[in-house]
Amino acid sequence: MDRSAISAKLGELLVNELGLEEDKITEDANFEQDLEVDSLGVVELVMAMEDTFGVKIPDEEAEKIHTVGEAIDLLNGKLNG
Amino acid sequence: MSRAALVTGGSRGIGRSIALALASAGNPVAVNYASRADAAEAVVAEIEAAGGTAIAVGADVSDPGAVEALFAEVAERLGPVEILVNNAGITRDNLLLRMSVEEFDSVIATNLRSTFLCTKAALKGMLRARWGRVVSIASVAGVAGNPGQGNYAASKAGMIGFSKSIAKEVGSRGITVNVVAPGFIETDMTDALGEQVKEASLGGIALGRFGAPEEIAATVAFLTTDGAGYITGQVIGVDGGISL
Repeated sequence: MDRSAISAKLGELLVNELGLEEDKITEDANFEQDLEVDSLGVVELVMAMEDTFGVKIPDEEAEKIHTVGEAIDLLNGKLNG
Repeated sequence: MSRAALVTGGSRGIGRSIALALASAGNPVAVNYASRADAAEAVVAEIEAAGGTAIAVGADVSDPGAVEALFAEVAERLGPVEILVNNAGITRDNLLLRMSVEEFDSVIATNLRSTFLCTKAALKGMLRARWGRVVSIASVAGVAGNPGQGNYAASKAGMIGFSKSIAKEVGSRGITVNVVAPGFIETDMTDALGEQVKEASLGGIALGRFGAPEEIAATVAFLTTDGAGYITGQVIGVDGGISL
């Protein structure tokens, strides 16, 4: 799965699972500040990413995810790194 | 609706009664034990004889690795834990001036650290389910204090503060976190107390009798139902009025 495919799949996840508004989702969007995801929601996002992409994301890596782009990069690194 | 339940320290006393009550409500129950495998297997047999589902799982719930293995085993055999009862507890009573660091630390580890470890381990599954029930068994000693129980009371008061905080953290996800604070309940733990202490305690109990483990279990079972879904962060005294 290349980076753009990861991006598309993550976008679906954000809309369908977390109920985020599609038109607000950009790579620069900050989950807490721009997308109004609370801190527990970010933890849930990481769990959903693990389930959807079949990867393990340890807490120390999860803590570095602030924006949509960072989430894509992390997944890209795990799947294609 | 049936939900996988885990009762720590479920082989004897109050934990045993809680395991039986949750099973009779239709939930598959994991009966955790620290050392008494025979007692835990007896609880499982009793549940199965009544038509319920249960498994016995040994684990020292104060140990992070053991807790991880415990939750993995329960998830595999019963499904993710959606009802957690933090019941495992010990006493090492002593007057403070005679209390050793080991006596203090061991009680905090078994009673409080286990509550932290097990609740943390259970939360992911509960978040996924958007439903969860955590009930921790504290004590009237954790609310009012008790001479000779500085360590025990501290652990139980710690469970109360912990539960209130987590209730606020996860309330928006349909997960409730409550505490039941038993008074003087007739179990192995209280059998160890002398007759003199028991007689003295009776005088302070409004209902004029000691409680039975089943009376704690009934309250815990209620708190795990959908009907109790608007109760969170509470400390429910089930103590015959000893705290009045």
